Amino acid sequence: MKKLIISIVALFGIFNAKAQENISSEPKKLTFDEANLVSSYYKQDGNNSAVTGGIGTEKLTDISNTIDVTMVKYDKKDRKNKFNFSVGIDHYTSASSDMIDLKANSSASHADNRIYPALNWSRENESKGTTLMAGVSFSTEFDYQSYGANIGFSQKTANKMGEFTAKLQAYLDQVKLITPIELRTNGSTDGEHESYGTSGRNTFALSLSYSQIINQNFQVEFLADGIQQTGYLGLPFHRVYFTDNSVHQEALPDKRFKIPLGVRANYFLGDKVILRAYYRYYTDDWGLKSNTFSLETPVKISPFVSVSPFYRYYSQTAAKYFAPYQEDTAFDDFYTSNYDLSKFDSHFYGAGIRFSPKNGLFGIERLNMLEIRYGHYTKSIGMKSDIVSLNLRFK
Amino acid sequence: MKNFIKIIAAICLLITIVSMQSCTIVKEYEKNKLNDSEMVLGNRTVEKTELSFQSYREGSSGANAGKVGGGCGCN
Repeated sequence: MKKLIISIVALFGIFNAKAQENISSEPKKLTFDEANLVSSYYKQDGNNSAVTGGIGTEKLTDISNTIDVTMVKYDKKDRKNKFNFSVGIDHYTSASSDMIDLKANSSASHADNRIYPALNWSRENESKGTTLMAGVSFSTEFDYQSYGANIGFSQKTANKMGEFTAKLQAYLDQVKLITPIELRTNGSTDGEHESYGTSGRNTFALSLSYSQIINQNFQVEFLADGIQQTGYLGLPFHRVYFTDNSVHQEALPDKRFKIPLGVRANYFLGDKVILRAYYRYYTDDWGLKSNTFSLETPVKISPFVSVSPFYRYYSQTAAKYFAPYQEDTAFDDFYTSNYDLSKFDSHFYGAGIRFSPKNGLFGIERLNMLEIRYGHYTKSIGMKSDIVSLNLRFK
Repeated sequence: MKNFIKIIAAICLLITIVSMQSCTIVKEYEKNKLNDSEMVLGNRTVEKTELSFQSYREGSSGANAGKVGGGCGCN
């Protein structure tokens, strides 16, 4: 009798364990994982507008809204498939773009909208430590259309402490050739229904990265890109004034090769402070070199609230085709007065605050994180800007 | 300032290389700090538009999982 009872209990235990295994296996249906809403307001001003040859207002505002939704599904081989769909809409107003026609009080180019949807997929095999990735993107605004695609692969090391990732990206873009009005030969007037020619711009990028866990508090990542751009690489409405005061359209080479190299290091100091450091060195064949250094230090005020002050320093040399207003001559094959390609330093600093309570925000359980962040940006050449961003996360 | 930044970068790289020599195996149950959302190696979602304006207003881009130069009328 005792043996019978023990056998029944043992059999019950086996069946129960099997049932537990079935209950705890990952769901096969496509399920909602996470959604993010990011909204930003950006405002800038300066006195080196490229549209007016390196002088004039750079006043610009941009309101940006992006939503992305991630869904997860495990397939028959127990691989985790993630689908991410995002769409962004930017509305921007630009005092300098309004100067494509120098005589008009205001023109169609003083404001525009940009819409940019993207779809990305990844499939992770947790047992093998491999992930495949692919994605497509599109972007459209009045004078610029872009079709993008990417594929990638990552492999974790045997001990799962390191991960190597390789990604190929391609962008096939079309630039609408909107020339400054005084340089147009066909009598066009920048009206709303004007038809313009277009020119292509292609970008191909190989991105490699390696991340490594050092210990329980410290992890690092090394990043390297190789980027080749071909086609129309300037903007057709940028003016350049020569020394004789004649006005010309910006002329830049039809090839550009860029190499940025970066390193990130994140360290959990004690129980409440995180140090997030980043450094990038950049060089390209237009003669531009830059250094970027940033440090962010999230401080956990409580398990659900953290404050993150940050600082970023950036320094670049001038591209070899850059010259200020009225310093180019007819002997130059290529020329630009776009101060984004000039020599300057910049500082970007600010802080963010993050709320992520266990039971959700504002009585909404799924609203699991809110982050607000403000930053002030200044360039040594006089441009200043401010940006405030909000991120809501639903899980 | 530029030389100072280069020195800081060199020190960070040296610390990283030396630290990598002493990598320890971290078990899954010990990864609570590494799995903190603010420890993620990568840009924070809220930084999306900041990366965008930096690629428009500066001559360089890339090596930060943000824009590489295509897809926009940026540098």
